[in-house]
Amino acid sequence: MRAVGVAEDRNPWLTAAAWRSLFRDRPVIPLLALLGLLVILFELGPSNVSSAWAGGVFRAAVPLAILAGCQTLAMLTGGIDLSVGAIASASGFVVATLVGTTGLPAAIVIVLVAAGVAGLVNGIGVGVFKVHPLIMTLGMSLVVLGLANVWQVQRVQTGAGVPPAFRTLGSDVFLTVIPYSLIVFVPVALLILLGLRRTGFGRLLYAIGDNPIAARLSGARSWQVILVLYVISAVLAGIAGFLIAGLTNVASVTLADSYVLPSVAAAVIGGTSIMGGRGGFGGTIVGALILTVITSLLSALGYPEAVRQILFGAIIVAVAAAYTRVTAES
Amino acid sequence: MTVTQTTDLLLEASGIAKTYGAVVALKSASLAVRPGEVHALMGANGAGKSTLVKILTGAVRPDSGTISVRGKPRVAHSPADARRGGIVSVYQEPALIPDLDVRSNLRLTETPLPNFRHWLDELGINGLDLGRLVREVPLATQRVIDLARALAIEPDVLMLDEMTAALPANLTERVLEVIGRQRGGDRSVIFISHRMIEIAAVCDRATVLREGETVGVVDVTPGSEERIVELMLGDIVQSMPGASRTAQDRNGAEPRLVVRDLTARTKLQGVSFELHPGEVLGVVALEGQGQDELFDILAGSDRPSGGEVRVDGKPVSFRHPADAIRAGLVYVAADRAEALLPQRSVRENIALPFVTRVRRWGPINLGREGKAVKGAIETLQIDTRAAREVRRLSGGNQQKVTIARWVASGIRTMLCFDPTRGIDIRTKNQIYVLLRDLAAEGAAVLIYTSELKEIQLVCDRVIVIFGGRVVGELDAANADEPALLRAAYNLKSDALMPEEIAAEVVAEAAAAAHPETDQ
Repeated sequence: MRAVGVAEDRNPWLTAAAWRSLFRDRPVIPLLALLGLLVILFELGPSNVSSAWAGGVFRAAVPLAILAGCQTLAMLTGGIDLSVGAIASASGFVVATLVGTTGLPAAIVIVLVAAGVAGLVNGIGVGVFKVHPLIMTLGMSLVVLGLANVWQVQRVQTGAGVPPAFRTLGSDVFLTVIPYSLIVFVPVALLILLGLRRTGFGRLLYAIGDNPIAARLSGARSWQVILVLYVISAVLAGIAGFLIAGLTNVASVTLADSYVLPSVAAAVIGGTSIMGGRGGFGGTIVGALILTVITSLLSALGYPEAVRQILFGAIIVAVAAAYTRVTAES
Repeated sequence: MTVTQTTDLLLEASGIAKTYGAVVALKSASLAVRPGEVHALMGANGAGKSTLVKILTGAVRPDSGTISVRGKPRVAHSPADARRGGIVSVYQEPALIPDLDVRSNLRLTETPLPNFRHWLDELGINGLDLGRLVREVPLATQRVIDLARALAIEPDVLMLDEMTAALPANLTERVLEVIGRQRGGDRSVIFISHRMIEIAAVCDRATVLREGETVGVVDVTPGSEERIVELMLGDIVQSMPGASRTAQDRNGAEPRLVVRDLTARTKLQGVSFELHPGEVLGVVALEGQGQDELFDILAGSDRPSGGEVRVDGKPVSFRHPADAIRAGLVYVAADRAEALLPQRSVRENIALPFVTRVRRWGPINLGREGKAVKGAIETLQIDTRAAREVRRLSGGNQQKVTIARWVASGIRTMLCFDPTRGIDIRTKNQIYVLLRDLAAEGAAVLIYTSELKEIQLVCDRVIVIFGGRVVGELDAANADEPALLRAAYNLKSDALMPEEIAAEVVAEAAAAAHPETDQ
């Protein structure tokens, strides 16, 4: 969105500030990195780089991108949501156990409402009682895991099976590259993108993250915003949980735990500031794609999981440092 | 400039330039300070004064230009570097670590204790317990500690950047006295202040910056203030609104705001006044007389412990700034850092109040918003060259953004807490004009100001607060600086004393009223 009355006298492309703001406001750096990765992949990559491979990457990137969307929203306010992993796992698991008795639509509604309640508690803790979001959501992830375990014991007789509709949605691909999960992802992504740029709620997320005192003095009640934010985040995590269950065809109470840190990493790589006030979902999507491509590349080349972990860690630190320099005051 | 001249100077900076992206902060600034002088650095906020200070103290690197100290070229890479090179600065906000005691703070900078004690005495603070945590020391005392610490190191160049802006008058006097005594020695002081009277009192010469360039060096003599102002303003001298206004005819009109016996713990003790539509009501008080609490209560940030506030005849009780805004009381905070979203655009900053209510959380009507924002930008003449991020604007422009936010949504009653603190004269004049325009359109304005001469420029009426009570009410016509100062110190206005004696008496009175600042 262009600011009103920007009077750039000289050619704006030639000034350092223009470049800086380009990197800051648009996910240009991660996009370039992604292109670079793809070039490397096609030059040196193994022969199994194909359209089927691309379909697999998209399929795996979708749930990560949704969870990273949760982090993006929370990080814009200066928060973080570490409970998305537990909520996603529990959602996938509970739907699988419920679907036999209630039918799929009812199971989905029940689970998303339950996820929303978990988010509401997060929101009350962070927004009303001012518990630090890191602590609040970490605690909530333990509580949700515990509840899911209780549920598992209760339901041990009925057994669980991932609903076939989820398997199609999570794993299947049409026209060899387009995963069905895009049916879920495209509307979700549009909602987040437009919500951040074009709605009052989106503006307030940025405002609260950038300067909570200013937001308050302008009349914003930040607890309301935070409350709604964490509910949205938890519901999105539930939806991502359905896709992950469908993708792996497993219903387990720890299914999505390994997504938590990559979801933070994807948002950071995409240029969202963990201090709040700056970033967006566009970059986050690219960040999720980068991580997925790297994972796929490493496993195709036969590197062990440990290499991926080390690489992810190094990338997060390097990227965070680089963004700090690019967007610094002087 | 020849080499022989250069060696006579203690500090010389020439051809200093610095740009921040598209914004040119300094084009070509120069500054020459002789040994033993107190040198004023003057300029409007956009003029590049703060950038020059940051460059001299090593906080910012210049794009070009040379700096030499005692004839030797020097580049400071950090404030610590500058300090070792003999340039020490003291800012408005004390650079002390609040969670350490005073002694540990002194050790951090390797301050010689006996020297520190000496300067502290000179500055009028006796018997300070060095074992006290800094956070427990009153703010005014902290500022003096910061200054004594800088003096104790005996730097070649001591830079005082708006150091006196937030000091109580009695301490300011002591500080000026001590600075004045630095003259004639081997060392120099660079003095930055918006108060002409302080410049006249202690400075030998003044360097004036305008739009990133040094436009003149003036010997400070009686009457040189005019010349300095002329240089700072350049060609653009805005006409001021007339000083004398006839009292508004407000027969039968309901007051916009009525405050009755308002109390807040020990800080406010029964404040009452009325604010009428079309009126600008000034509030004058020395530092810490309860004006902060008064404005916080009216803006919904704080709650009174007693008394009544009525808006348009209806009693109100605010629990949150949103309640005050809804009742039509909008607040322009003194501290711009409290009011702005530094990383967001001018547009988002101005449009922020539009979206705060839950029912406005939905899609934004960009066309309508753009129009409202544009209108406010034009009303306030905001320079939008760096509009993508408010933190890149100059201080004056930032202040305009905080006001534009309320102008864009239409003002019924505006509360301004020292809206012109630390901004340039041009912007100040624009704000005065704006406040008068708002009043002419029927808005009511309550304004606290630390600059007494502003009262006659913008207000119809003024109330004076001392020790949490309203001790005086004057019409603008009678509210000249001496009258206001007497009232602010709670002296009878008919007390006929020579100015110097009056000053001493008021200093003592203030000290007695605030034992904590003077222990």
